[in-house]
Amino acid sequence: MRAADDVELRSEIEQFLYHEAWLLDQGRLDEWLGLFTDDATYWIPLQANQADPLTTSSIVYDDRRLLEVRVRQLRHPRAHARIPAPRTVHQVGNVSVVDAAESGDVRVGSTLVLVEYRRERQRVWGALVEHRLRRSTEGLRIAAKRVDLVNSEAELDGIVCLF
Amino acid sequence: MNIQSIKGLVQPDRVHRAVYTDPTLFELEMARVFGRAWLILGHESQVRSPGDFFTTRMGREPVIVTRHTDGSVRVLVNRCAHRGARVCETAAGTTAEFVCAYHGWTYGTDGRLARLPLPDGYARPAGESIGGGLARVPRVEAYRGFLFASLAEHGPPLAEFLGPLRTSFDDFVERAPDGEVEVAGGVFKHAYQGNWKLVLENHNDTVHPAFVHASSIWAARQEPAAAEGAYSEIGVRQMLQNGAPWEVWENTGLWVAGYGHSWMADYHDDSRLVAALAHPAFAEYRAALEQRLGPEGAARVLGELRWNSIAYPNCSFMSQFRQLRVVHPIAVDRTVVYAYSFRLRGAPERMFRDTIAFSNVVNGTASPVLTDDLEVYERTQQGLGARGSDWVFLGRGQGRDLPDREGTRRGRSGTSEVHIRNQFAAWLEYMTAES
Repeated sequence: MRAADDVELRSEIEQFLYHEAWLLDQGRLDEWLGLFTDDATYWIPLQANQADPLTTSSIVYDDRRLLEVRVRQLRHPRAHARIPAPRTVHQVGNVSVVDAAESGDVRVGSTLVLVEYRRERQRVWGALVEHRLRRSTEGLRIAAKRVDLVNSEAELDGIVCLF
Repeated sequence: MNIQSIKGLVQPDRVHRAVYTDPTLFELEMARVFGRAWLILGHESQVRSPGDFFTTRMGREPVIVTRHTDGSVRVLVNRCAHRGARVCETAAGTTAEFVCAYHGWTYGTDGRLARLPLPDGYARPAGESIGGGLARVPRVEAYRGFLFASLAEHGPPLAEFLGPLRTSFDDFVERAPDGEVEVAGGVFKHAYQGNWKLVLENHNDTVHPAFVHASSIWAARQEPAAAEGAYSEIGVRQMLQNGAPWEVWENTGLWVAGYGHSWMADYHDDSRLVAALAHPAFAEYRAALEQRLGPEGAARVLGELRWNSIAYPNCSFMSQFRQLRVVHPIAVDRTVVYAYSFRLRGAPERMFRDTIAFSNVVNGTASPVLTDDLEVYERTQQGLGARGSDWVFLGRGQGRDLPDREGTRRGRSGTSEVHIRNQFAAWLEYMTAES
């Protein structure tokens, strides 16, 4: 077992999350997509403390296939809501390893403050994030990502940025 | 604005842009359209037992929908009869009474004033001075479990108002093996900077998908077929279906009825969307349905292919896919839509999983599909602010509509804009009626 307070592991994970945020802010979305495992899920729950993505709706609940559709859509010349793409800053903080085992996935908690600008409008998002990371031959990969927006239950205008 | 000038805004094949942009007209709409029509509130399953309640809006009027101890559903204006504070801040719950935060005035689930502090401080009982309690919305009725209310004392009964659109609500309920549906799975609340009419005009507009949804259609077309039973399948199929060739849309049925209602039929079926007709869960569902209705009855229900139905002016629903959207106008250029999913009671849980997967793609606030609709509503609102041209052209199919059963009409083609012209005919009636 690797301890949750393993400094080396935490540093590796922090660098991974910063890299993920950098890819999103640079619009390198194919590379971002490449961070996910084939069986990954990308989940933005609708409700606070939502237990389940299959019996309650979600702002996003994508398997790998839907996530690919989502990312691919941006490349179409008539992706009306996504052209121009929002410019973003993903500020990742409070990284903590929740659960780590030598052979299994690592659960990582973090906070996200995201500033988004598109078409004369700036929006700020705050979220509690949980990654389930898996070690592969190419390094860490995302097996599951859950993003709990603090305003997920609010009346919200359409959301096109990626968290 | 006088009646004559309102009449001038709606012509047979066009409307003046002011109907989308003028704040004065919006105020009149709140009084004359939303203040008169039957408005959908939700469903009886949201207030199943005495004391159950939920809060919503009727137009801009904040209301509490409660199940009173006598079993009746009451609709109360969410405003303390004392000094005006909102008395209920919770979206939904169960309670014996509503207590105002300001001075503790307390109301029963029928809105009646139960008690107040220092009751002897008044020349005559305070309850008498304030009319008994929370203001009650005068008319409340249900159709097949769907709750409606009207802010007007007088008007047609609900059944007359819905008219032939009742068949869409029938379809919604008949699909349940137990003959009952219930709200479940959370509510999306999506908003846009645009007039409330834009979303109602869009839901029966069959020409828009090829253009508005071009990017999600294109992205979905590149996906190989998924493994049997994949969660993503219903969403990907919906995106693909938006790219159906013109003959599909031309041959879609598009009906309109009195009071501005409309619906589309003969469009989707479960095989196009979920590939589930052969799936064990679907076979189990069909068997459950047959148990109640017999094989012929079940075949009739499953053969009814309805897409969006619109109960003007605040409701759009999909009976076949268990989605219901309530339109809340906030300002002339601001609208919020609440989207609910329903569970078919007695159906296998897998059916509900598909409903949720479908709702995420069709009504989700970050949906690859819905976000493009919202973007176009906003661009439309901005464009309509331009003074270069005052008229919005709604002439597609005009003069070719066909009369049909029970006083309905249908577009000769499913791509007709007959539903929008029909909405404005109702709008004009509401806006120019004397009382």
